Amino acid sequence: MLKDITLGQYFPGTTVAHKLDPRTKILLVVLYIVALFCAKSLVTYGLMALCLAVCVYISKVSIKALVRGLKPVLFIIIFTGILNLFFTPGDRYLVEWGFLHISDTGLRNAVFMVLRIMLLIMGTFLMTYTTSPISLTDGLERLLNGLKKLHVPVHELAMMMSIALRFIPTLIEETDKIMSAQKARGADFESGNLIQKAKALIPILVPLFISAFRRADELATAMECRCYHGGEGRTKLHVLQYQRRDYIALALGVLICAGVIVLRQFGL
Amino acid sequence: MEPILQIKNLTHTYGIGTPFQRSAVEDMSFEVYGGEFLGIIGHTGSGKSTLIQHLNGLLKPTGGQILLNGKDIWAEPKKIRDVRFRVGLVFQYPEYQLFEETVYKDIAFGPTNQGKTGEELDRCVRESARLVGIRDDQLDKSPFELSGGQKRRVALAGVLAMEPEVLILDEPTAGLDPAGRENLMANIRDYHRNKNKTIILVSHSMDEIAQNVDRILVLKSARVLMSGAPAEVFARAEELITAGLDVPQVTRIAMALKARGMDIDPAVYTVEALEQEILALRKGGAPC
Repeated sequence: MLKDITLGQYFPGTTVAHKLDPRTKILLVVLYIVALFCAKSLVTYGLMALCLAVCVYISKVSIKALVRGLKPVLFIIIFTGILNLFFTPGDRYLVEWGFLHISDTGLRNAVFMVLRIMLLIMGTFLMTYTTSPISLTDGLERLLNGLKKLHVPVHELAMMMSIALRFIPTLIEETDKIMSAQKARGADFESGNLIQKAKALIPILVPLFISAFRRADELATAMECRCYHGGEGRTKLHVLQYQRRDYIALALGVLICAGVIVLRQFGL
Repeated sequence: MEPILQIKNLTHTYGIGTPFQRSAVEDMSFEVYGGEFLGIIGHTGSGKSTLIQHLNGLLKPTGGQILLNGKDIWAEPKKIRDVRFRVGLVFQYPEYQLFEETVYKDIAFGPTNQGKTGEELDRCVRESARLVGIRDDQLDKSPFELSGGQKRRVALAGVLAMEPEVLILDEPTAGLDPAGRENLMANIRDYHRNKNKTIILVSHSMDEIAQNVDRILVLKSARVLMSGAPAEVFARAEELITAGLDVPQVTRIAMALKARGMDIDPAVYTVEALEQEILALRKGGAPC
């Protein structure tokens, strides 16, 4: 049951999409989002969808996996779609049925809104599918490096993020174990009303928290034993370096984003 | 003797229909008799943990059956909790499952789930605490104030308090110091002797198994490799060693002596038995 949780699952691969510098990929996603929010016509939306399709093709990520990523937000997508469809006033009404009416703008907005959310989510999922969490935090740390001058603890934040990611599977395994142990003592997690069910979680949560704190303590000691003292003067095993492919990808990204903005100016 | 547990062609396959399909238990069949002390030994990944989680219905077999007193435990899936009360399972490092404010309350968790109340509950808690050597004044303490070894005793008492017919212990002495180890095993032996309940002990340590159990079940890559009394099993020392398992230290000494041409039974597994063998040899006048 718990093993089904996926959080930005990474599919290892050797395509160009996998090899790109994580910084490039983060920047491309940002550009993609900007472009997506500037798009407002069939032409520009078509362009955005085409871009995503090309990237998916290059990365060899299965369409199934991408669509699966949409599942958790399905409700939001449908909700936004319905809201836009029925409650947007417009010049011309296509359908009028009591208090429900569908206007031409409403239909347009609904389609574009749904398309926008879907493209947005699939675009970001494509990044997490092709980038390991570790290199993602690495890239984020380097990108935000400039903020250090403003006393933002960038390194510490990145370290916290990688530790958190590292411990998700461990904690899931631990939860499974504790659940089995309490079940062996006759704990019942399935039956009863909401309050009883919440109470039944105490025998899991207390040991889980205690072991999480213990692990944190042990990890801190282990890090200190290896002379960890924050980001100051720390060097990297894998130094991120932009390659030619990164410059090409970034140039293409900027070009497309700028193109969308220009098209918007022309009312397209 | 009547078998209390019958395992018939038990198979458990993880991830059926995925590329990761793997059998952790394959076609295992054996019996556990009422009142016996059974030892299960096997290499890491031999299917020990998966097997014992089937015996109290935590895992559902993908093939085969488990009969408790002649009745399939999965005949009524809604009543699987009753099976868990009758077959008590103590996991590895059970001290990490403690959660209550006091030791007393934690031990009472299992029996309370069983529906025990009042005097009966109190009797179960105090008796099982005594069985594992927890003093009365420790019952009102927080379990988190205790030492590691004591925490483990509390967790063990928590399962004993359900008064199971079969007690399964998964590596109960892992991570304890030698004195704590011997102490805990002595408690378990006492419990077995006084209550005459069935115990299944899973362990890595051949010495621990050899000193305690009546019968040994050896697992190798998801199957039963051999089963029998310790003397029978240790007589097949060569096979055990090829399976990546050890024999007790005493058996190793006996084997070495035998290899040097002395007339000693190489399957002895207790210090006393080896002593008898060597003394018999001296009486016989053979050179030492």
